Amino acid sequence: MSKKRIIVVGNGMVGHNFIDTLANAECASQFDIITFAEEARLAYDRVQLSKYFSGASAEDLALTTEADYQKQGIIYTLNEKVVAIDSHAKTVTTASGRVEGYDKLVLATGSFPFVPPIPGKDQDHCLVYRTIEDLEAISASAAVSKTGVVVGGGLLGLEAANALKQAGLETHVVEFAPRLMAVQLDEGGGKLLRRKIEELGVSVHTEKATTEIVAGEECRYRMNFADGSFLETDMILFSAGIRPQDELARQFGLDVGERGGIVINDYCQTSEADIYAIGECALWDNKIYGLVAPGYQMAKVAIEHIVSSLLTHEEPAASFQGADMSTKLKLLGVDVASIGDAHGHTAGSQSYVFNDDVEQVYKRLIVSADGKKLVGAVLVGDVEAYGTLLQLKLNDMDIPGNPANLILPVSDGSEPVGLGVSALPETAQICSCYDVSKGDIANAVQGGCCSMGDIKDATKASTGCGGCAALVKQVMDAELTALGVEVNNNLCEHFAFTRAELADIVRVKGYTTFSELLENHGSGHGCEICKPTIGSILASFNNEYVLKDELISLQDTNDIFLGNMQKDGTYSIVPRIAGGEITPEKLIVLGEVAKEYDLYTKITGGQRIDLFGAQLHQLPDIWKKLVDAGFETGHAYGKSLRTVKSCVGSTWCRYGVLDSVSMAIALENRYKGLRAPHKIKFAVSGCTRECAEAQGKDIGVIATENGWNLYVCGNGGMRPRHADLFATDLDDETLVKYIDRVLMFYVRTADRLQRTSVWMENLEGGLDYLKDVVINDKLGICDELEAGMTKVVDTYQCEWKTTIETPEKLKRFSHYINATDEDNNLLYVRERGQRRPATEQERIELVNLETAAD
Amino acid sequence: MTTWISVCNLSDIDPDTGVCALLNGEQVALFRWGNSDTVYAINNFDPFGKANVLSRGLIGSVGERPVVASPLYKQHFDLSTGECLEDTEKSIKVYPVRVEAGVVALGAA
Ligand code: SRM
Ligand SMILES: Cc1cc2nc3c(=O)[nH]c(=O)nc-3n(C[C@H](O)[C@H](O)[C@H](O)COP(=O)(O)OP(=O)(O)OC[C@H]3O[C@@H](n4cnc5c(N)ncnc54)[C@H](O)[C@@H]3O)c2cc1C
Ligand code: SF4
Ligand code: FES
Repeated sequence: MSKKRIIVVGNGMVGHNFIDTLANAECASQFDIITFAEEARLAYDRVQLSKYFSGASAEDLALTTEADYQKQGIIYTLNEKVVAIDSHAKTVTTASGRVEGYDKLVLATGSFPFVPPIPGKDQDHCLVYRTIEDLEAISASAAVSKTGVVVGGGLLGLEAANALKQAGLETHVVEFAPRLMAVQLDEGGGKLLRRKIEELGVSVHTEKATTEIVAGEECRYRMNFADGSFLETDMILFSAGIRPQDELARQFGLDVGERGGIVINDYCQTSEADIYAIGECALWDNKIYGLVAPGYQMAKVAIEHIVSSLLTHEEPAASFQGADMSTKLKLLGVDVASIGDAHGHTAGSQSYVFNDDVEQVYKRLIVSADGKKLVGAVLVGDVEAYGTLLQLKLNDMDIPGNPANLILPVSDGSEPVGLGVSALPETAQICSCYDVSKGDIANAVQGGCCSMGDIKDATKASTGCGGCAALVKQVMDAELTALGVEVNNNLCEHFAFTRAELADIVRVKGYTTFSELLENHGSGHGCEICKPTIGSILASFNNEYVLKDELISLQDTNDIFLGNMQKDGTYSIVPRIAGGEITPEKLIVLGEVAKEYDLYTKITGGQRIDLFGAQLHQLPDIWKKLVDAGFETGHAYGKSLRTVKSCVGSTWCRYGVLDSVSMAIALENRYKGLRAPHKIKFAVSGCTRECAEAQGKDIGVIATENGWNLYVCGNGGMRPRHADLFATDLDDETLVKYIDRVLMFYVRTADRLQRTSVWMENLEGGLDYLKDVVINDKLGICDELEAGMTKVVDTYQCEWKTTIETPEKLKRFSHYINATDEDNNLLYVRERGQRRPATEQERIELVNLETAAD
Repeated sequence: MTTWISVCNLSDIDPDTGVCALLNGEQVALFRWGNSDTVYAINNFDPFGKANVLSRGLIGSVGERPVVASPLYKQHFDLSTGECLEDTEKSIKVYPVRVEAGVVALGAA
């Protein structure tokens, strides 16, 4: 049997989701999948489009790659618009004249921005906001403009306003309706949102109908309004709503709605049975869904129907039954959420309103006539309750207790009124982006998942907008507990606390020794888990000499002799070479020392030099020579700052825009010696070519024309993680301030041996939360964090210098306490001109040789 | 009869750490329990890592048992019996040890 041909018109978010799901289905081999994309690239994440302005590239936004499509055998053509459909011959024709036959045709053509018919709207610098190309045009226009106006105060308009604001423009929003986000918010919510946004410096003009755009006096243009007023601006962004892209349907005889949209039935079929429409172009029950999650549901339904009609001939299990349009988002830094019937249109419904002008919080609950069910809600300024409220609504559950409690602020200490996740039915949808139910998460846990990372890999939950993260974690924890897996975060048998809790205890009580902690908060004698962990916590906050009498027994394998133990019990020596910059004189010293002690010498992956094979008793002599020559310890042994890699930067490189080497050295010298839950690595690149690979580091800094871009929580190693862009165009001072805060917050809250990457992945609220804490000082702890870092910086000492200057500390640096002999078990062979430990086989041979010679 | 050979002063061993003593060509790891005058003595050779390093391990307790964790790959050895907690086949030798008048002595057979 020949393969069935499925043609997908449009490779946007929903078209791609359809293709990806079908290509991964069991029956995928029975289909040829062909797609035509009008845009110049395969699908990308339109939802995250605005990230483009904060530095994300087209690749970062991509949902797939051409290589992936090729691997999956999907036939795709970019820059190719479908211009005709022949539903009798079952073919489509493209702009370049290609004709392709189909068994099933899927229209996923999305929508286009509506531009009101205002005279003057077609001039330069009058733009829309939908594609990557649009964003490129906006960037270019913003670069030559001082003032910008967004026409439309809905969700997208406010997002666009944020982009203009970020680009440094004086920003205005012009809205026809009397309030912002009129679809999602009621009057009270709209009013507060407006106030907050105006406080952020965006001017809002409501009830304004633009009549024409003419040349301006101060600026490029003048917008004249129906009420006689006007506004001058250099650029205009239209965001006055979207219209379904139903051109093909109109021209080729498919039913379309009165106000546009390709009419579909519950199986996403159009008026032609073999043609489907999904996503924003589709009209179901006279409704267009302008969100991505309903589009994904349609894709799923269409696939089931196609498979059953072409292959199995069974009744398809899924049908489209409408979708929830609740939203939670952050607009210009303001939290906003809307659930269900936000306007209270439901007959007999009643409202509860909470309004706090001081804290700027507005919440409204709309409940059914009998007060038992939630029908809608509006939240502005505090959206904590969103998860709970949404679940009450989606699952049609009875409101527990007095509805007012759901929106009243909680008094200090008590838990907010939530809804135990155990109350939710198995079918409750937890992640709407990927349609993951409570049952799916429970299954994943039963299948062995026990961390957020596992759950994300297994179900995709929380990998879209991220809004469901907190709830996913609650479901997971509840499920683990139900399985009898005690969610035991205890550090070890000696301390029934997590590392973060112990860090708080140390910080608040001001402890300086392990024994104080063990006595007051622990049991037993400690172990190789809790001792180094607490040693590290004490060091992070007190920064005392790690070989101090009371601290020495806490130090693990490497710290206790300030060197990395090698497989044969000898040590390596890694002096600090900040930023990888070294003078010829110092290089010669390293060479001389290595030669004198016959140390194996290697350039490390961290831009410095490692000398291997020093015995315990040699360490102080070697370090004395190095310290005398101006070297300091490199902390290669510590869970602490390792290296700050740099590229040569603007001092020599013809592309460098800032002095990356000086910045790297400054950062390395600032944070050297900072002990943390795990090692920390930085890099600084002098331009976006990124030769220092900063985006693979815990802290990455990249120079731009306007300052430094800061990336956080990258990782190389076992599970590489691309760092997240944290802030852009920073001056030196702000850069250091943010790094101080991020690192100290990490030190306080991370788990034992948790790199920043894993910490970030487990941080509730993720990157946005971290930004809130560090940039907006949400927790009000930034002063404390900075003070903590200042203390560490001010109390820095080179541990090796202190050690060689403290004779009683040197006693320990000998193999035997009662003899000066060397360890008789060491055996070396020479390779490429240097010595290395003998292998097991070589040992046997060498020892035999020696005995034979005796 | 046991011959006691003095190897070091108790004060040479920082509380809760170890040192290595040479006893008739054998390497013996000595550990001081807390700030007390209890000292444990086991062989210094790590049978997993195959190196003379046990004296440099961290000591602590597993349940009631005093142990050292190897600095190389962290297997635990019972300080009073030499038993390896992860693999009893790899258990190691213990030595008689006593502390008198602040001097640590090992018993030689
Ligand atoms: C020497 C060096 C390899 C080399 O010859 O180049 C090295 C050697 C070791 N690495 Fe590394 N790593 C070295 C660069 C790296 C890099 C590259 C870099 O920093 O740019 C990475 C990946 C980047 C990263 O960490 O994100 C790296 C990822 C690791 C990992 C995996 C960490 C992870 O998060 O997955 C470990 C294991 C661990 O830390 O748990 C590790 C652990 C180790 C240990 C400490 C293993 C051990 O316990 O003995 C090695 C000790 C070296 C010694 O005795 O001095 N090393 N290691 C490099 C020293 C750099 C320096 O100057 O300090
Ligand atoms: C800035 C912005 C922010 C958003 N934020 C959110 C959000 O937070 N949450 C949310 O759920 N949704 C959000 N959305 C909406 C979301 O992006 C859309 O719902 C989703 O992209 C719809 O997917 P689609 O595949 O139907 O349409 P699209 O992604 O628009 O894809 C349609 C594709 O078809 C192509 N096409 C059209 N006609 C043809 C033809 N004849 N031949 C070939 N190709 C054709 C188009 O060029 C386009 O590439 C946002 C949208 C924007 C613009
Ligand atoms: S990759 Fe492995 S073997 Fe190589 S240095 Fe790093 S830890 Fe050692
Ligand atoms: S709801 Fe968007 S990722 Fe789960």
